Amino acid sequence: MSSVFRIILQRIALGVLTLFIVSIVIFTAVNMLPGDFAQAILGQAATPEAIAAIRQDLGLDQPPVSRYITWLAGAVQGDLGSSFAQANFASFVGESTGGGEVTVATQIAPRFANTMFLAGVTACIAVPFSIFLGVLAALYRNSAFDKAANVFTLSSISSPEFFLAYVLILFLAVLNPVLPSLSNIYEGMGFGERLQKTLLPALTLTLVVTAHMMRMTRAAIINLLASPYIEMARLKGISPLRVIVRHALPNALAPIINVVALNLAYLITGVVVVEVVFVYPGIGQLFVDGVKNRDIPLVQACCLIFAAAYILLNLTADIMSLLSNPRLRHPK
Amino acid sequence: MSVIPWILLVVLALGFAGWVFRLAGQRVTHNKPDFRDMPFGVAFGYALAAGALLGGIWLWFQPGAAFFRWAIQGVVALAIVAWLFRLLGRAVGTFGTRKLFREMPLTASFGILVILIYAVLAIFAGAIAPHGQEEVFARVNILPGGNPETGGDPAFPLGTDQIGRDLLSRLIYGAQNTVGIAFVTTCLAFLLGGTLGFLAATLQGWLDQVLSRAVDVLMAIPSLIFALLLMTIASAWAGSEKWLLTVYMIVIIAVIDSTRVFRLARAVGLNIVVMDYIEAAKLRGEGLGYLIFKEILPNAYAPLLAEFGLRFCFVFLTIASLSFLGVGIQPPLADWGTMVRDLSQFINFAAFSPLTAALPLLAAGAIALLTVAVNFVVDWMLHRTSGLKD
Repeated sequence: MSSVFRIILQRIALGVLTLFIVSIVIFTAVNMLPGDFAQAILGQAATPEAIAAIRQDLGLDQPPVSRYITWLAGAVQGDLGSSFAQANFASFVGESTGGGEVTVATQIAPRFANTMFLAGVTACIAVPFSIFLGVLAALYRNSAFDKAANVFTLSSISSPEFFLAYVLILFLAVLNPVLPSLSNIYEGMGFGERLQKTLLPALTLTLVVTAHMMRMTRAAIINLLASPYIEMARLKGISPLRVIVRHALPNALAPIINVVALNLAYLITGVVVVEVVFVYPGIGQLFVDGVKNRDIPLVQACCLIFAAAYILLNLTADIMSLLSNPRLRHPK
Repeated sequence: MSVIPWILLVVLALGFAGWVFRLAGQRVTHNKPDFRDMPFGVAFGYALAAGALLGGIWLWFQPGAAFFRWAIQGVVALAIVAWLFRLLGRAVGTFGTRKLFREMPLTASFGILVILIYAVLAIFAGAIAPHGQEEVFARVNILPGGNPETGGDPAFPLGTDQIGRDLLSRLIYGAQNTVGIAFVTTCLAFLLGGTLGFLAATLQGWLDQVLSRAVDVLMAIPSLIFALLLMTIASAWAGSEKWLLTVYMIVIIAVIDSTRVFRLARAVGLNIVVMDYIEAAKLRGEGLGYLIFKEILPNAYAPLLAEFGLRFCFVFLTIASLSFLGVGIQPPLADWGTMVRDLSQFINFAAFSPLTAALPLLAAGAIALLTVAVNFVVDWMLHRTSGLKD
């Protein structure tokens, strides 16, 4: 057990290191911006004193390394800075001080929960569905069903998310109004209503992700079907379904878990476009708005969160596939 | 949510139909092995296929199912043309190409045909399109269809947009801009990633270490997110120069995607540099350029070509997504992602005017069709090369 434990600890340490380096990359990228934020906020007509005041308030007069350390220390404690676009800079240009500043954390927190809800619903539909279909495709390989599934999955992998989204909107919201095409989710909404409003974006993401997972499940199982122990099981006379479910599937688990986790990581990217299409109040939409408004602290924070989730899921995939290997779990 | 009981009912009915079908088959054919040994799953599959066929036929004759009819007509028409194209390929050409077309599945010939059509549209857009992409006409929001009684105009078969530009021309120019820019970006990514990957594989040592670790870090950030972050910075750099932003986007996506190319080129290159002929070339005293371009590159051709197809799809989809989000290809250049976003509201008119609602889907479908086509061809190429190895 100890050797597995050590490997897992190594992986986690590596993940933390990667995240640290990624945060440096993000910070450096943002600091390549020309001019500075203070100038951009106040425009050309600003007085030098006003610019200096904002620079001091935002800590822009510090050298980059100390700014990075401040930012990282804040981020670790959940303080991601205050949003530029929402900031109240009236006090710097001589107006009275009024209104609190909007921090990035307060903006992100509710939306982060919404995005997790969307990803969760998608995963609950997509994972069982795609493994079921993958097993079926492996069972009836080279049949008409398999070929149709191949064409269908290949098409849905290669379509842009917004195409699938609009096709679903057209058929399920406009022509047959079963589901709402806008996901206006607010706090204090009942679970059922919330689920109904999330269903259409979740279905879009499911279409994208299922195709990939199903193809990999099928490939992983078919890879194993040539091995001698499967031949043996077949010669024993058990049914093809049993051969696959009881004999092939457990050994194909490692690649399948890997692909499930990778696709959940892929969801993070897919979520951005889908949230914009359905006006879903998630973190992806916040990110795109931040990009358009050049709200640097917000973009920085969202980028860090996306990267962290991505690294975390990849790490989970690594560890899970390690754990699913009995040779590693029970070393001689 | 009264849909779920209906779905359950349909599944049960199909299962029962499959069971009856098998039983009837056994009775009628006196237990022929086909029916005797048929698992229930297969019988259910037949029932499902029959049910889907019947449902499709029923839907075809529904008055409100215009989109369904168009989709089926489009797919059938493309399939027939692809079949004819394959026949043509089998009849004319050299021995090699005829053999290639004989062994080709329909999906692959469909893919090749679509890619050819897009290439022609992209290259000759200026000659094919009836109007210029930035040309603004006096009448705005002309409805598609070309029928004056329903608000159309024969001069503008797909109508005009909010500021009076011809949509058909913009769709055709979109092939030039979107596909052209994606192609240039992919070439750039391959030039960068391929060269560095082969260099890392050949020289190894510290260069390999530095490049590989750098690529590891860049790949730890989701690519669309990283692209969006860098586009924020690029938009500040570009200022009001819109064309400069497009150039920055090409460079940014090329660099991000070159990391994936680097991985593959390095892995393929590492397998090749241990070969004896490389050793021989080194002993002959050949230079680095000769080793990479004359020895490694010809042998890494097949996997790199397949990767080029897939990478093109990814780049194309990334650019389309960025444009859709409003930070990609900038107006006045016509581009499909931006068109989808601008026209997306029309989808709500589907019940009154299906043609109008089809406009955003047309632009989005143009993106989907090309990526599907490229994927079909790459799938076939991979299948062929792996089949030859067996």
